[in-house]
Amino acid sequence: MQANVSVRRFNPDEESPKSYDQEYQVQVDDNFTVLDTLIKVREEIDGSLALRCSCRASICGSCAVRVNGHAVLACKARVSEHLSEEGSIRVEPSGNQPVIKDLVVDLNPFWDKIRAVEPYMQPSLPEPEAEYLAPNEVMLHLVDVMGCIMCGACYSDCTVLEVDKNFLGPAALAKAYRFVADTRDVEDDKRLRMYNEYGGMWDCTRCGECVTACPKGVAPMERIMAMREKAIEANTPTGSYDGAAYGYRHSLVFEDLVSHSGRLNETMLLVKTVGMFNLPKLIAMIPIAMNAAFRRKMPPMFHPTIPGVGQVRRIAARINASKREAAK
Amino acid sequence: MYSHDVLVLGAGLAGMRAALEAAKSGANVAMLSKVYPVRSHSNAAQGGINAALTDRGDDWTDHAYDTVKGSDYLGDQDAIEVMCREAGQELINLEHMGVIFNRDEEGHLGTRAFGGQRKARTFFVADITGQAILHVMFEQILKYNVHVYDEWYATNLVMEGGRCGGVVAMEMRTGDVHAIQAKATILATGGSGRVFEPSTNALICSGDGMSLAYRAGAPLMDMEMVQYHPTTLKGSGVLLTEGARGEGAYLINSKGERFMEKYAPNMMELASRDVVSRAETLEINAGNDIDGCVLLDCRHLGAAKIMERLSYIHEVSLDLVGVDIIKDPVPIRPGVHYQMGGIKTDVDGRCWDVNGVWKGVEGLFAAGETACVSVHGGNRLGANSLLDTVIFGRRSALGAMDYASKNSHVDFSENDWVNGEKAKFQGLLDNEPTGDLVAKLRMDMAVAMDKGLGVYRTEEGMQEALDAVQGMRERYKKVVVQDKGKAFNTNLIFALELGCMLDCAEAIAIGGIERKESRGAHSRTDFPTRDDENFMKHILLRKGPGGEVTKEYMPIVVTQWQPEERKY
Repeated sequence: MQANVSVRRFNPDEESPKSYDQEYQVQVDDNFTVLDTLIKVREEIDGSLALRCSCRASICGSCAVRVNGHAVLACKARVSEHLSEEGSIRVEPSGNQPVIKDLVVDLNPFWDKIRAVEPYMQPSLPEPEAEYLAPNEVMLHLVDVMGCIMCGACYSDCTVLEVDKNFLGPAALAKAYRFVADTRDVEDDKRLRMYNEYGGMWDCTRCGECVTACPKGVAPMERIMAMREKAIEANTPTGSYDGAAYGYRHSLVFEDLVSHSGRLNETMLLVKTVGMFNLPKLIAMIPIAMNAAFRRKMPPMFHPTIPGVGQVRRIAARINASKREAAK
Repeated sequence: MYSHDVLVLGAGLAGMRAALEAAKSGANVAMLSKVYPVRSHSNAAQGGINAALTDRGDDWTDHAYDTVKGSDYLGDQDAIEVMCREAGQELINLEHMGVIFNRDEEGHLGTRAFGGQRKARTFFVADITGQAILHVMFEQILKYNVHVYDEWYATNLVMEGGRCGGVVAMEMRTGDVHAIQAKATILATGGSGRVFEPSTNALICSGDGMSLAYRAGAPLMDMEMVQYHPTTLKGSGVLLTEGARGEGAYLINSKGERFMEKYAPNMMELASRDVVSRAETLEINAGNDIDGCVLLDCRHLGAAKIMERLSYIHEVSLDLVGVDIIKDPVPIRPGVHYQMGGIKTDVDGRCWDVNGVWKGVEGLFAAGETACVSVHGGNRLGANSLLDTVIFGRRSALGAMDYASKNSHVDFSENDWVNGEKAKFQGLLDNEPTGDLVAKLRMDMAVAMDKGLGVYRTEEGMQEALDAVQGMRERYKKVVVQDKGKAFNTNLIFALELGCMLDCAEAIAIGGIERKESRGAHSRTDFPTRDDENFMKHILLRKGPGGEVTKEYMPIVVTQWQPEERKY
C-alpha cells in the first residue's frame, strides 16, 4: 500500500531556518514500522532527512518521534495502525525539546535531569565480598522499571513540562524510583527529600500521558505515585518533608477535610496545606485569591457539612483502622 | 586542542568499563561515541553473562574448557584463562554497581543454562541482560563524571612516527571537525555486523574501529570467523535470545520434529551456536522449512515463565512478525550476529606487541567485539561476549593508563589533520549525483557477503563476494551524498561508515579464502573437516599504504587443552 508521509522538517544550516512540512509517497508493507518507512524515505528518496535510529528492535531508545501528535518509538509503531483513511501519517520531532534538525531533538535537558536524581546505587559500605543479597520479587519488580530505554517519549508528551521546564519529568523520576525501590540502596531518606523538592514527584499532575507514551511499559506516573506513598509513609510526626513541596501535606489535608465535612473545602485545603500560621506564604496567595474572586472562581468561604456525614466519617475511620492493621 | 591521557572511542560496555576504570583511578579520561552511551549495541545482548563462581561449586577451568572447545580450538588458551579466572570477581563488581540480576530463593544470584556449556553459569536479568548492565554502567559513568563527547564521530586515528596520538572526529550536531589528543587511545567501537544483510546488528555496527586501526597499520585477525546466531527473527533478522532454549524451548522443522536430535543428541538445542546454525541450514536446504525458516517453540514453557524471563522476545515477536510466542511457535533462521575476529590485541588490550613478534600500532588499545584477543576463536559461546567486554574493557584501561604514565603526547599539527579530514568529506560531498546512493551500495555489498560467506562457504562463492566487494570500492569513490549541509549530516556519516564496512567485508572474504578448512563458524563444503596440521594458526591481515593486503600467521596458544574432536 501507499503511505503519504508528512514529515515536519527543520534545517539549521539555512540562513533564517523555519520549520516546514514535507510530503513523501512511500510504498509500505503491512509489517512496516514507522521507522522502516522513514528509513525508506531516507535511503531511497531523500538522504537529507535527519533522524536518530539504531537497533530497529525497541531496545536502544533512539527513534522516539511524534506520530499524529503523540510520542511513539518509531521502530515499534506499525505504520498501518497509524494511517488515516486517506492513507496519511504525520511525523514530527519529539515534543518539549528544542529541534536540532528535522526529527533530531536536543536531549541535553533530558540527560541533565537524569543526572539530577543521583542516578547510581548507593548501598551500605563497605561492599561485601560476594553479592548484596536481594529478594527475587524485588529484582523482578525492578526489571519493569529498568526496562526504561531513555527514549524520552514520556518527556515529549509530559503536560507538566509543557508549562514548567523545571519539572524533572517522568523518565528521571522513574529512574529515581528504581533506587528508592531497590532494597540494596540505603539512601531512601536522602532521596525522598531530594525528590520532594520543587520540580520533583509532587509536580506531576497525574495526566497519564507518560503511561500512554512509554513504549516499554515502565508506567512512569505509577512509579511517581509509588514514590509519593513512600514519602508520606516516611513522614514523621515532626514533619521531616516540609521543604519546598507541599504535595504530601496537600494529600493529607485533603483526606482530613473530606472525612471531617464530607466534602472538599478548597479554601481550607490551601490554607492548611501551606500552614495556618505561614503568614508570608498566605499573604503571597492574596493576589491569586483576588484574581479568582474577580473571575468568579473563588470557592465559597463557608462549607456546611453534608447530610449523613457520619457515614463518611465511619468510612474514613475504617480505612484508617485497616491501614494501621496493615502497618503492623 | 582537546587533550586527554586516555581517550576511549565507543561507549558500549567495553568502552564504559574502560572509562570507568580509568576515572576511578583519577586519570584524565574521556569517551567519544557516535551515539549516546545507552544507545550502544551492548543493549541487544539478551541472555546473560557467564562466570564460574566457586561458592556455587563451579570452577573457572571448566568454563575455560567449554570456551576452548566452543572456539573449536582457535581461541588462545592463555587469554581464555585470564577471562574465565577474572569472571567471578567482575560479575560481583557488576552486582555491586547496581545490576539487578535474577536471584535464587535465598537472594543470591541465580543462573540459567546456555549453549555449549556443561553447567548453568549464565547470570541474567530476564532477557534484557545487556540493557540492564549497560544502563547501570552508564549510571557509574555519571557518578564518576566522565567526560563524554556525545554524538561525535571519529573518522581517523592521528598517526605520527608509528604511534597513535589521538583521533580526528566530527561533532555531529555542528558538523565541525576537531582533533583530540590522547596519550593512549582505546577502540571499543563494537562489531561489523552491518556488512551482512540480514543481520541482528544495529545500524551503528559498521566496524568503524576495525577499519580505523586497519588503515593505520594494525593487523586484523581471524576476520573470517563470523557467528551466525541460530534464532533470528524472520524478515528483519532481529535477535531472539539463546536464553529461550536455555529455559527449555525447542527447535522444530516443518514436520514438527525436534531436528537437533540428529545433529547434537546430547546437548540438543543447547549445542554451540555454529553447530545449531548449520543444523538449521541443512534442514532448510533439505526442504524441511516453512518459507525459509524453522520454528522456535516456547509454548510448553507456559505464560508465567515466558513473561518473567522472556518478556522482551515476546514483545518483539509480537511487534515485528505478529506472533505471540505463548500461543504459537515463531519462525526463525540463522543470521549474522557477531564478529569473533577483529583488531589483534594482547590480554592488556595493546594493539602492538611489546615483544616485537608481530607489529601493530603503538599507543592504540582495543577491547570488546572490535578486538580479537582471541578468546572466542572460531565460535563464541553465548553469554561470553558481555564477559569479554567487561574483562578486557577493564584490562585495556589498566594497560592504557600504564602506557600514558610512561609516555608523553605525540606532537602533531592539529590543522593538518583536521584539514585532511575535511578534504575527504568534501570529496564525498562533491561527487556527481550520478553515482550510487549510499544505501544501495551497502545493500549490494551486504547481499553479496551473505551469499558468499554464509553458514556454508566455498572457494568459488567467497571469491565472488571478494570480487564484488573490490568492485564496489570503485563505485564507492563516486557514492552520492544528497545532504550537503553541516549540521547532523547523517547521510555523510553513512557514507563514511560504508567505507569502513568495505574494509571489513574485504578482510572477512580474504580471511575466509585463506582458511582452507572447516573450523568453528567457518564451514567450507570444499574443505569439510578441521585441519589441525595446517591451520592451528591465526590469520592476520595487514593493509599497506597503497591498500594492498598482506597475510601473516601466528600460532594458537595452547596451555592445557589439546585439540580433540568436537561433539555436543
